[in-house]
Amino acid sequence: MGKVLELENVHKAYKVGFIPRKKPVLKGVTFHVNEGEIFGYLGPNGAGKTTTIKCILNLIFPDAGRITIFGQDSLRPRARQRVGFLPENPYFYDYLTGREFLGFYADLLGLHGQAREEKIGYFLKLVGMERAADLQLRKYSRGMLQRIGLAQALLNDPALVILDEPMGGLDPIGRKEFRDIIVNLKKEGKTVFLSSHILQDIEMICDRVAIILAGEIINQGYLGDLISEKVLYTEIIIGGVPAADFNHLGESVSSSGDRVLLKVYEEEKIDQVINLVQQKKGKIISLIPRTETLEDIFVNMVKSQ
Amino acid sequence: MKITTIALNTFKEAKRDRVLYLLFFFVAICLLFSRFLALLTVGDRVKIIKDVGLASISLFGMLMAILMGTGLVYKEIDKKTIFTLLAKPIHRAEFLLGKFLGLVLTIFIMTGLMTVVFMLILFLHTFTVEWKILLAILYIFFELCLMTAVALLFSTFTTPILASLYSLAFYLIGHLSWSLEMLIKKVKSGAGRAALRLLYTVLPDLENFNFKTEVVHNLPLPAKLLGWSFIYGVVYTAFLLLLAMLVFRRRDFI
Repeated sequence: MGKVLELENVHKAYKVGFIPRKKPVLKGVTFHVNEGEIFGYLGPNGAGKTTTIKCILNLIFPDAGRITIFGQDSLRPRARQRVGFLPENPYFYDYLTGREFLGFYADLLGLHGQAREEKIGYFLKLVGMERAADLQLRKYSRGMLQRIGLAQALLNDPALVILDEPMGGLDPIGRKEFRDIIVNLKKEGKTVFLSSHILQDIEMICDRVAIILAGEIINQGYLGDLISEKVLYTEIIIGGVPAADFNHLGESVSSSGDRVLLKVYEEEKIDQVINLVQQKKGKIISLIPRTETLEDIFVNMVKSQ
Repeated sequence: MKITTIALNTFKEAKRDRVLYLLFFFVAICLLFSRFLALLTVGDRVKIIKDVGLASISLFGMLMAILMGTGLVYKEIDKKTIFTLLAKPIHRAEFLLGKFLGLVLTIFIMTGLMTVVFMLILFLHTFTVEWKILLAILYIFFELCLMTAVALLFSTFTTPILASLYSLAFYLIGHLSWSLEMLIKKVKSGAGRAALRLLYTVLPDLENFNFKTEVVHNLPLPAKLLGWSFIYGVVYTAFLLLLAMLVFRRRDFI
């Protein structure tokens, strides 16, 4: 599997203040994205996600390090020939209609004639914006801008699609549709680089992730390797037995009415809980083993830094 | 192709910014002033109309060049529309050149419209068409192209307000620098004279494009002078654009 995107020891500092001082934003970022995968780039706000993306796209220049796209130096415009990009909170020429907007980018990419019209029509349909195609962008909601922005990013049939927080501002249905589109992009053989601070999105669709914190990559790898299958604890909801009876077996998290939520850490104690409930003529309402999630890893890492 | 697309979009944006409304002011000023000043003048009324008309085209053109030139690139950066644009396989130089050509196209159309209005007013007074006036307007247009490049250069690294002030300063210096040439003639040769000559070479001389007096008073216009002014305009504009591209090439869009 070839490397589509590669960052090697990328450093970037911004000058801040009246008397400029250098504030490091990226401190030696190194990772790569393999062909055909959905790569999640995860980090809290201000970690350096957007700065990394801007470095990749040559919108800002790294102070040190090397970035290659399809083996070409990212500084060359040709390297971006097969790249599609949707920025966070996309800003577009708001006096254009959706169709004109896509037309503008189609012209920039050198599309013309029938092929141009067909492509615009196809992508308007793909992102569900056919009905708003002749409306000016200033009248679009944030979610609609996100959709038309995605159409713009896909217009040149890119092999690498870079999406910066693509699901922000979308309603639950919109988020699902976006996820489906991204998964379909992978099926078409495209590589997707997805930056987000929403763990759920990344956990659901990404193959590999890199976690960035304060400008440094603190962990990266396949999701399966990062998240262990080990059961951390079991959550048992019990009805009809007072919480005090389980003190020696687990941690009572909450109790309302005659229901108790119990966290049991040792596997052998689960049977003891079940036996006790049967003895006391209570009932088990639910029993859910909790494995580690990306969120746990993320929160632990952020805490430990 | 990419440059044309950006240029046409820039023109569209300028049109949307309602720069065409400036035309109404132009018509109003032209009509009012030429009428009013002609009443106060003892001599040739037509000369006053020509003077006011040409000065107005120059003034309104300069306002357009500075206001649009300093605003449009800044707006792209400020509104972050430049992110998606430069993420495409486009050279930054192509973007800047597209913006420049779009602005020049807007100014060309506006100058053209002002010329039509002006020629019409003149025709109503003289019942003849004076083609020589078009020559003066053509050189005003060359000056406006240069001013657009100036505004674009400043807008690549500073805010619209500062860029407008710098451009205005450039315009004023450009129209006053000819007096340095007079001074050079009066200063004895030596270090002082050499310094003045250097300053005069570096500073723009926008009076090179001013043929208003010659046209209004029907003075001769040697082809050599016209040719020299044209070359001066092309070289200076190209130099400014090159400088703008150099600044823009390494700029971070945070």
